[in-house]
Amino acid sequence: MKRMTDTSRTGLDGAGSDALLRAGRFFTRWEETDDGRAVFREGGRAGDVFYRDRWSHDKVVRSTHGVNCTGSCSWKVYVKDGIITWESQETDYPSVGPDRPEYEPRGCPRGAAFSWYTYSPTRVRYPYARGVLVEMFREARDRLGDPVEAWAEIVGDPVKRRTYQQARGKGGLVRVSWRDAIDMVAAAHVHTIKTHGPDRCTGFSPIPAMSMVSHAAGNRFIQLIGGVMTSFYDWYADLPVASPQVFGDQTDVPESGDWWDATYLMMWGSNVPVTRTPDAHWMAEVRYRGTKVVTVSPDYADNTKFADEWMPAQAGTDAALAMAMGHVLLKEFFVDRRTPFFVDYVQKYTDLPFLIRLEEHDGADSGGGLVPGKFLTATDLGGATPEDAWKTVLLDGTTGEAVVPNGSMGFRYAESGKGKWNLDLEGVAPALTLAGDASEPVEVLLPAFVDADGSGTVLRRGVPARRVGGHLVTTVFDLMLAQYGVGRDGLPGEWPTGYDDASTPYTPAWQAERTSVPAEQCIRIAREFARNSEESGGRSMIIMGAGICQWFHGDATYRAILSLLILTGAMGRNGGGWAHYVGQEKCRPITGWISLANALDWSRPPRTMTGTSFWYMHTGQWRTDGYSADSLNSPLARGHLSGKHTADVIAESARKGWMPFYPQFDRSSLDVGAEAAAADDPAQYVKDALADGRLKPAIADVDAPESWPRTLVLWRSNLFGSSAKGNEYFLRNLLGTHSNVLGSENPAAPRPSEVAWHDEAPEGKLDLLVSADFRMTSTTLLSDVVLPAATWYEKHDLSSTDMHPFVHAFSPAIDPPWEARTDFETFHAIAQRLSELSKKHLGTRQDLVSVPLQHDTPGETPRDPYDTTPVFQVVERDYTAIADKLASVGPLADTLGFTVKNVTYRLEEQVAALARSNGVMSSGAGAGRPSIATDQHLAEAILRFSGTSNGALAVQGFRTLEERVGKQLHDLAEGSEEKRISFADTQAAPVPVITSPEWSGSETGGRRYAPFTVNIERLKPFHTLTGRMHFYLDHDWMTDVGEALPTYRPPLDMQRLFGEPALGSDGQLQITVRYLTPHSKWSIHSEYQDNLFMLSLSRGGPTVWMSPQDAGAIDVHDNDWVEATNANGVLVARAIVSHRMPQGVVYVHHAQERTIDVPKSEATGRRGGIHNSVTRLLVKPTHLIGGYAQLSYTFNYLGPTGNQRDMVSTIRKRSQEVTY
Amino acid sequence: MRVMAQMGMVMNLDKCIGCQTCSVTCKQAWTNRAGTEYVWFNNVETRPGQGYPRRYEDQEQWHGGWELNKRGRLQLKTGGRLKRLLSIFASPVQPELKDYYEPWTYDYATLVEAPLGDDFPVARPKSLITGEDTKVTWSANWDDNLGGTSELGHLDPIVAKIRQESEDKIKFEFEQTFMFYLPRICEHCLNPSCMASCPSGAIYKRSEDGIVLVDQDRCRGWRQCITGCPYKKIYFNHKSGKAEKCTFCYPRIEVGIPTVCAETCVGRLRYLGLFLYDADAVTAAASVPDEKDLYEAQMDLLLDPEDPQVIAAAREQGIPEDWLDAARRSPVYALAKKYRVALPLHPEYRTMPMVWYVPPLSPIVDLLSEQGHDAEDRDVLFGAIEALRIPIEYLAELFSAGDTEVIDGVLRKLAAMRSYMRGINLGREPDESIPASVGLSGETMYEMYRLMAIAKYDERYVIPKAHVEQAHDLEELGCSLDYDEGPGMYGPFGEASGRPVPVAVENFQALQQRQTSDEPAGNEELRGRVNLLNWDGNGTPRGLFPPRREEESR
Repeated sequence: MKRMTDTSRTGLDGAGSDALLRAGRFFTRWEETDDGRAVFREGGRAGDVFYRDRWSHDKVVRSTHGVNCTGSCSWKVYVKDGIITWESQETDYPSVGPDRPEYEPRGCPRGAAFSWYTYSPTRVRYPYARGVLVEMFREARDRLGDPVEAWAEIVGDPVKRRTYQQARGKGGLVRVSWRDAIDMVAAAHVHTIKTHGPDRCTGFSPIPAMSMVSHAAGNRFIQLIGGVMTSFYDWYADLPVASPQVFGDQTDVPESGDWWDATYLMMWGSNVPVTRTPDAHWMAEVRYRGTKVVTVSPDYADNTKFADEWMPAQAGTDAALAMAMGHVLLKEFFVDRRTPFFVDYVQKYTDLPFLIRLEEHDGADSGGGLVPGKFLTATDLGGATPEDAWKTVLLDGTTGEAVVPNGSMGFRYAESGKGKWNLDLEGVAPALTLAGDASEPVEVLLPAFVDADGSGTVLRRGVPARRVGGHLVTTVFDLMLAQYGVGRDGLPGEWPTGYDDASTPYTPAWQAERTSVPAEQCIRIAREFARNSEESGGRSMIIMGAGICQWFHGDATYRAILSLLILTGAMGRNGGGWAHYVGQEKCRPITGWISLANALDWSRPPRTMTGTSFWYMHTGQWRTDGYSADSLNSPLARGHLSGKHTADVIAESARKGWMPFYPQFDRSSLDVGAEAAAADDPAQYVKDALADGRLKPAIADVDAPESWPRTLVLWRSNLFGSSAKGNEYFLRNLLGTHSNVLGSENPAAPRPSEVAWHDEAPEGKLDLLVSADFRMTSTTLLSDVVLPAATWYEKHDLSSTDMHPFVHAFSPAIDPPWEARTDFETFHAIAQRLSELSKKHLGTRQDLVSVPLQHDTPGETPRDPYDTTPVFQVVERDYTAIADKLASVGPLADTLGFTVKNVTYRLEEQVAALARSNGVMSSGAGAGRPSIATDQHLAEAILRFSGTSNGALAVQGFRTLEERVGKQLHDLAEGSEEKRISFADTQAAPVPVITSPEWSGSETGGRRYAPFTVNIERLKPFHTLTGRMHFYLDHDWMTDVGEALPTYRPPLDMQRLFGEPALGSDGQLQITVRYLTPHSKWSIHSEYQDNLFMLSLSRGGPTVWMSPQDAGAIDVHDNDWVEATNANGVLVARAIVSHRMPQGVVYVHHAQERTIDVPKSEATGRRGGIHNSVTRLLVKPTHLIGGYAQLSYTFNYLGPTGNQRDMVSTIRKRSQEVTY
Repeated sequence: MRVMAQMGMVMNLDKCIGCQTCSVTCKQAWTNRAGTEYVWFNNVETRPGQGYPRRYEDQEQWHGGWELNKRGRLQLKTGGRLKRLLSIFASPVQPELKDYYEPWTYDYATLVEAPLGDDFPVARPKSLITGEDTKVTWSANWDDNLGGTSELGHLDPIVAKIRQESEDKIKFEFEQTFMFYLPRICEHCLNPSCMASCPSGAIYKRSEDGIVLVDQDRCRGWRQCITGCPYKKIYFNHKSGKAEKCTFCYPRIEVGIPTVCAETCVGRLRYLGLFLYDADAVTAAASVPDEKDLYEAQMDLLLDPEDPQVIAAAREQGIPEDWLDAARRSPVYALAKKYRVALPLHPEYRTMPMVWYVPPLSPIVDLLSEQGHDAEDRDVLFGAIEALRIPIEYLAELFSAGDTEVIDGVLRKLAAMRSYMRGINLGREPDESIPASVGLSGETMYEMYRLMAIAKYDERYVIPKAHVEQAHDLEELGCSLDYDEGPGMYGPFGEASGRPVPVAVENFQALQQRQTSDEPAGNEELRGRVNLLNWDGNGTPRGLFPPRREEESR
């Protein structure tokens, strides 16, 4: 063996010290190296005992974290002598195959720190209530002998009501018994239902997938009493509205294991290591397979560390980059060279070959000209059936004849469409372009938004057109080339001179001026992306995230990026397409969960509400909105939104039944229900009453007391410390307590015409705010009643996610300690008491329920989509039986089945089988019905009633779907009939789900889940107007805002719209910057932001990341205290100065709340706010479109987003001596 | 040749996402106790950055590790043994609390107990050392993700060193931003300077697996080991007055379970396995004159487990067959010696560290510089090594005593692997010239790819179980007579006799007592230090709750 050293020279020190060393040590009998350098001992020595003892434990329990993240990681919880000690990740996920990495271990530092909460001093151990309220309640209850009357007296007394409302958030919580807490909550609900109507009772609890049973228990209670559940996915701005717009689907995305199949991977506004921590390894590992990784991020984000290229597009300008990449792609891969792989794909699966009518624009501004209008339909060609209006038309590329191909919406519901709702072109090769002999080149007007202030201009570009059935038409593809500025010979109009034409949208040079991404890089990445897709068969993938989704115009940005994927044939491929991971957390056993959560087994329809419009209206944020819908209009708008305040748009959308609004009417829905039930045609009765003014929508006078929401139940949620955009308005207007709102109402701001104006804004709408949690949050601090919740290591529940294909269990490692209860137990206790109190106060009532036209139902194809009404239906509610119904599966499960995405699952056999396994109720309203009286029973029922977890239903669902599609599908699940995932299975190990029509992808044969593979491979249509993926959206409102086609819209100009200061420094040691709230490394939303481990590893309190340049401009150094203010409120935090931040942007990580190290603000003298104290709600009118094919409402599926990325804030250095 | 077995770890920094899960799970399992609040057996540093404790790599300041004396003999940087023995009662050179951080908690109880006031209650930070209100100004991970680095980054000893050569090499500017993460545990060195520093002989290296441990009973709290360790991975428990360090999770390793940090690593970047090495050759290897030869010297210590001579010698030393088998399947041997992509951390400390690192590829090309490579050429999809954002000199200072050629060689292998595999992935004919260009066969490169990318659980962790039957025999022979195991584990005469019970020994019985006792642990000497570490939420400290009334009880 080679030696590099001269051994004679080596040794330690010298002989003298060697001797001393031996003398200096205690006598040992241990083995040493000859030179005394090292001491060796064998294992198993007494000195090791301490660590051995510490490591020992009695048992390990499988559970997980019900936090709002997409992890759904299975964990080992270690227990010793009944004490939870720590946790580590499970590693027993079923293998995904020999040639790819595995899902183990899944977890992140936040989850690893969870057990801290179990015994932490911030644990909610007992029920609490505001002292002043408790005293009043007890006194009145003792005196009146009835909790409902006691509650009525308190809330009926303006002085008493204000007293406890104004105490909200100011301490003074006192410990109460469960009995008192439940009494108060139940009484408040009974009083509200009795006096105002059940649609004044509200509940909010997000993300069912992260603990389906806990979510369903409360949701089911709210729906049984006729209350309103507000949405979360759109409210969080996690919903990519582009998804329903383009795909007709809420969101469906690949599991992270499918990143391994990609050969080109972009991360666009998605900081995977931080927000998808357990999945990030797939991204790191696939690089070793030769996949190129590109990030688009305004800062040097964590994922940039892994990237081959970084495209540092300035915040909010991403669509400009995407449009320019699309420009390159269309020019080089469709015009200069027709790439067969791409052309075949877009002909089959997109609306590009479909015909659009060109119409004369009559607007004065435009000086006349042609504009693209609506899809040419079979009606335009003389079709006479109602469904013909929903059948779109293309030209046969060979014959030039107009063809009405299968698969459009007109085939989906009509009897005539049976077996024809498919993408089979039956031999027709559609013409992508009309260019050719038979066409005439015409000039069209297209809107563009190139100025930073957001105002529009008009582009004049040419398309080849033809007359079909008397209509002048062109194709969507021809319009796309015009929109993107890809010129062809012989067409009129103004076109870019080349890629380097910086003055014309949407060239690479044009985008460079907006995004700072070099034109050369934009061109190169676009080419690489497309070539990769061509060579690999569509394995180009883009992971998209909140960094681009949560902008006001996030939908436009998404459409521009999705276009890149669709044009390159990457959607519906393993390893290709979009991967949007913001919020959703796929509830894989969806049919069982959604049906039981909404109590559809007992009564239908449920009341569900778009969160954004609900809070926008009820927290009074509409009153300070500085702009009307006009300011969003395209210069080519035709007036459908003109002069309308955003509140008007919401009111109109509700009036037309496009989107829901609650409360419904200016009086109780029970009173209206009684009247309507007595009429021959209840729905007509309501329509007439609304028409003649006997009945008014509540939103028409939303600030009147009869329109207020009265109770709000929060569980699994920290609304007031996390998602409440415009937080200070929530405090002031909804809760009636102190706030840090800094702006005053602008008298010059536009006023709505459909919503009444009160000079005095109401403060304190809510009678009762109740929350259940295991830790003290901003929400529990504000609540009137706080209920101690069991943690995730203390209950049975189910978890699933979009990131992996497994369903697995929560299990109690210990029983809920102190007086904590599971959410399941809590709602059963409330229901029990409510049922008792209802004997005297409510009994059985008729409730008139108003709901909008729903997506995936015939309601989305109305006869006149611009003249519609909501659906009105009478529902009978026996309030004395709420607890019984909560605990049993009702009869509608057998008689009507459960329906998801228009596939109805017949459940007679499953209900009978559940009755055998769970047992049946012996008495009460649920007598003889299967029990769901325990959390484990409910978990079992959810799994049994879903196709993904019950193979018999998956096969049944596919067979049902086959009748409509006319293509074979059931083989996707065939063989799984006998396979059923039981709750016990999920407790033993994570279990892979079964391919089911509930979702659009297939796992059959062990492949990784990728969305829309069933559509692409089996020709099942997308749930859209054409049945294909849409580039073009022809609704009047879309056209008016100039977004019929993919486009770029700059971030909102907050100075123009709200009078906020201009961006930049004003020389006064304050600087106005874009205020962004990306997801934090140290918390999952607000969860863990108070956890001592996370605080010790971060900066220990609220922070603002800023660039050295911006910090320098206001004399701020690292860790200095600063204040961020604007009209909405104030945030006090410490600065983190870093060169990884770009100038002009600060990051205030979501969700920093006000519980940890938040001093008093200099601006207001009050406690600084949460990250959302400096934001407000901005509602985009086009998100309120409904009743129009894929642009139709479904809960969490479509609705206005609570976006918050366009905010600006002024940052100021403050005194470094803070007070608390 | 004296063959010994050594458990080793490799961390592939190219995969590290800096999430700190390892830090948390380690702390939860091992140092979630009074006296060890600031102790992170496993920490993760953002580089460039100062590390934990601050500037620990500056051995001119901290005197850690070994150096060669004038006669070319190895001596501790603190000086010869004579000097150290004579100065044993003087304070050793070691980081103070300000170099670590003052651990803190919050006045969480206020959130529950605040009386009705005029504003939101808030939990203020409280020092865990003094119990008083505090301001948070530093932590174990303060410069995470380059926080504050534009102001403080020049304090990174490596940055300072590289800048001495050229100011332009590292600039803290947006366009040139680079970073990576460096997770660190105890290096379980072959030539541990902590052990050599200990006057009490309390630090020992386990002969069967090389894990370095502090005997809690024997430690006298001299703290010389803290100075001696150049990685500052020995910590002083300020309650027990003893040194504590990463144990390589030996209670888990002994039964074949990976260390907590490795098993919980969601980046899947840690590998555990055996090295066989020649114990007789360690001192010589650590004494090579040129620091840049230390890496090769250390590689030479690692014996080929397939070599019949090595196997025979190992058997002679009593290394069991299943251990030899594990050594042959060892992923750490493969990454360090076979593929030569894993490197030791600071070989110039001459401690022969046994935690190895694959340097990060960080392939981003410089954004605003000339767009160097030709986009038209589809084979040049990845950036060139020359254009890496992380200065190669920075990595060389960490892993090869400044020798950039070593780093370059590793990074070229990683880049070649990506290029080679892309062809295979896209179904092209494998281009064997690519592995050949970095001296590997296509087959070896494919094996390396599988180990680095796919790396199933039982391939990442190859851990032979301890031979307990032998350990107990040896114990009776070689171990001390001072103690018995069992209930009264601290001596035959009860707690009052013999040596005092180390306070550090907080076992589950003690934990349970705290968690379930009626009296809060935090009333007296722990006043104001309300957090899980010392107040578990049991009992009702004064003022926490309003007096309970009879009729309210449930």
